[in-house]
Amino acid sequence: MGKLIGWIDDRFPLMKMWNEHLAEYYAPKNFNFWYFFGSLALMVLVIQIISGIFLTMHYKPDAELAFASVEYIMRDVPYGWLIRYIHSTGATAFFIVVYLHMLRGLMYGSYKKPRELIWLFGMFIYLALMAEAFMGYLLPWGQMSYWGAQVIISLFGAIPVIGDDLTLWIRGDFVISDATLNRFFALHVIALPLVLIFLVVAHILALHEVGSNNPDGVEIKKNKDENGIPLDGIPFHPYYTVKDIVGVVVFLFFFATIMFFFPDGGGYFLEHANFIASDPLKTPEHIAPVWYFTPFYAILRAVPDKLMGVGAMGAAIVLLFFMPWIDRCKVKSIRYRSNIYKINLAVFVVSFVVLGWLAMQPVTSTITLLSQVFSLLYFGFFIVLFITSKNEETKPVPDRVTE
Amino acid sequence: MSTDVVDQGKRRFLTAATSVVGAVGAGFVAVPFIASWMPSERAKNAGAPVEADISKLEEGRMMIVEWQSKPVWIVRRSEQMLSSLPKLNDNLRDPASENADQQPEYAQNDTRSRKPEILVLVGICTHLGCSPSYRPEIAPADLGEEWMGGFFCPCHSSKFDMAGRVYTGVPAPTNLPVPPHYYLTENIILVGEDGGAA
Amino acid sequence: MKKQILTLILSVLPTFAFAAGGGAHLDSAPIDISDMGSVKRGAKHFIDYCFSCHEASYMRYNRIGRDTGMTDAELREELIFTTNEKGEPTKVGSLMKVAMTDEYATKAFGIAVPDLTLTARSRGADWLYTYLRTFYMDPYRPTGMNNLVFPDVGMPHVLSSLQGMQKAVYKTETRQGVEVEHVDHLELAQPGSMTAEEYDAFVADLVNFMVYLAEPVQNERRSLGIKVLIFLVIFFVFAYLLKKEYWKDVH
Repeated sequence: MGKLIGWIDDRFPLMKMWNEHLAEYYAPKNFNFWYFFGSLALMVLVIQIISGIFLTMHYKPDAELAFASVEYIMRDVPYGWLIRYIHSTGATAFFIVVYLHMLRGLMYGSYKKPRELIWLFGMFIYLALMAEAFMGYLLPWGQMSYWGAQVIISLFGAIPVIGDDLTLWIRGDFVISDATLNRFFALHVIALPLVLIFLVVAHILALHEVGSNNPDGVEIKKNKDENGIPLDGIPFHPYYTVKDIVGVVVFLFFFATIMFFFPDGGGYFLEHANFIASDPLKTPEHIAPVWYFTPFYAILRAVPDKLMGVGAMGAAIVLLFFMPWIDRCKVKSIRYRSNIYKINLAVFVVSFVVLGWLAMQPVTSTITLLSQVFSLLYFGFFIVLFITSKNEETKPVPDRVTE
Repeated sequence: MSTDVVDQGKRRFLTAATSVVGAVGAGFVAVPFIASWMPSERAKNAGAPVEADISKLEEGRMMIVEWQSKPVWIVRRSEQMLSSLPKLNDNLRDPASENADQQPEYAQNDTRSRKPEILVLVGICTHLGCSPSYRPEIAPADLGEEWMGGFFCPCHSSKFDMAGRVYTGVPAPTNLPVPPHYYLTENIILVGEDGGAA
Repeated sequence: MKKQILTLILSVLPTFAFAAGGGAHLDSAPIDISDMGSVKRGAKHFIDYCFSCHEASYMRYNRIGRDTGMTDAELREELIFTTNEKGEPTKVGSLMKVAMTDEYATKAFGIAVPDLTLTARSRGADWLYTYLRTFYMDPYRPTGMNNLVFPDVGMPHVLSSLQGMQKAVYKTETRQGVEVEHVDHLELAQPGSMTAEEYDAFVADLVNFMVYLAEPVQNERRSLGIKVLIFLVIFFVFAYLLKKEYWKDVH
């Protein structure tokens, strides 16, 4: 085995990569619960790719055949049901993991210098993931697939001048049709996964270039021993490989619980209306996007103007890109920041969740009013942060990490 | 870092134990994915038996029915065709149909059939899967003087006699397969099931 | 922080519920998919009463056979009464389709007859159970019947011979200054061949079958799930001990 590795290593940077990214990648020793979600996100990506590949072996991307092919997978293909549920549960799991991963970044200032690029790659991953999920959702060709796509694509029609031509070009037809389905299939199965993989590699390389942040926001590279190894650092392998395995097992426990016992997720993971084949003549009573898009949908609905609504929804996502520059506080971690910041972030998180809930309710004047209030709170986070972070009252940051 | 002595033995054991459990888990996970390649219920249902009505089949003629997406040939052989069969034995790889994979027991006889005159074969060359042509004529120009009727595969020139037995000196290794079949009535053959009487 | 997130998640859970169309109250359907006897009876009811118009075109007969323990012969006798284009009896492995075309249905009922394979997943068991028990007489409808859960439905009350015919008892209410009449409750006007309990049991079997029909694999799904969770608990023990052992190194 050693000889084989040696043979490869003479021709390929095997040991170099192993050391640089695992055995001699020194990560802070104080990673807590919030630091599981990066490796979990990578694992869910792999799960989705493998289960997705096996689904494409039986799925038919044709408007006449798509819905039936999903039931074919559920009933006629040996263990097809299992592969399908892995993929549908995985989609939800991906967003839960990614949202928690992003929240970690917000709490501990992981987007601040010198990690701005990691954050930007991450935000592009988030965008690509949303696009991937949206396109994937059309594929079962159920009522929610069809009408959800109808609504989202027509948002592009709000863009002045080019809007109508743009939606025609996206759909490839005058209505959502087989043309749309087939191209979304190609994008979902190959194009976006390749983009995602590239972005994830870039994200990890950018991370390893500067080194990981930690819950104290202390730069461990500032204190090295005589061998150049950070005093508060431990090699990722074996310590974090072994810890991440525990994280993986716990995650799989929750994943399996949902997959085997609540795959529908009460209608949130596999929506009820999607068990009806798409009907271009009849819109379901209650259209809502899948849960992971709902906060942005609430913001869209809160604004009475179509174009402004789209703009607000877009701004809600785009603002996140600029976090490294909106947050001007030099202190990274929430542990050493002011109460104003803590409250601000808490309000942001609560607004995000409440907006998500609001989006799923039927439209009434009360719901719209609440959506407007919480949208303002959502955007308020960025404004308050920008204003208060410049001269924020922070606690002294220790030189070394704490337990 | 701790300065206590590292219990390497315990580490090795735990690493090995966790790896084993993990490998077992990975094996369990692989099962449904590999199993999903097995024929689906749709495929299994499409392979259901097919009825063939031979009441209108004239002597010397062949009819084709589709079973499991494969061509099944049914030939009503003449007395002359049947009498010529034993004469070819020296030119054949497996004249006595000793290869049990190529026919059910009830077709392991001189005529490779239940009823002597009715031949039932799966019309797929045992070389690489093309469907041979039916050549009942005696000694045509392209097949030579010795040809007593049979089947000729255009892809790589494999030859079979009027009982589907393969000639020597051709690429095909085995006799043409006889599918499971039985007579529901005098004139109706059910292709795809043995009917219990082997 | 962890507690806050958990509280937020748990507070969202109660919203996991089906919404009743038209705001009608839904009775709770007594579903038990492990009761294969009930599923088998329900399959027969489905074939006898629903299957002439409604398809279950994603389901194969022999799947019902495998899961309920019916042999192919029993399936042919109890459940298969159709033939294919050639006039041959439908094979046990075939999908459960019917001959009624959409055009015929639209002429007869005003709408294409929906496929019922997945209705238990799109509308829910409670909806189906309530729907089949809340038909009532309505002279203004082409079928002479209306339904509390599905107002102005095009489907006739095919089970009226069993349940009998119900009539609506109205109540007048003043809402926002306007007098509005709405259905308060239903009463049996003409008895059918079954008592109310017998009919409820009949419908329960039928709905039980439809829940099975929408996802035949669900019993196996749950039992496999238990095994997976047990395996993961075992795996967790080893993984955790391994982690603890290595992390002794880290002060």
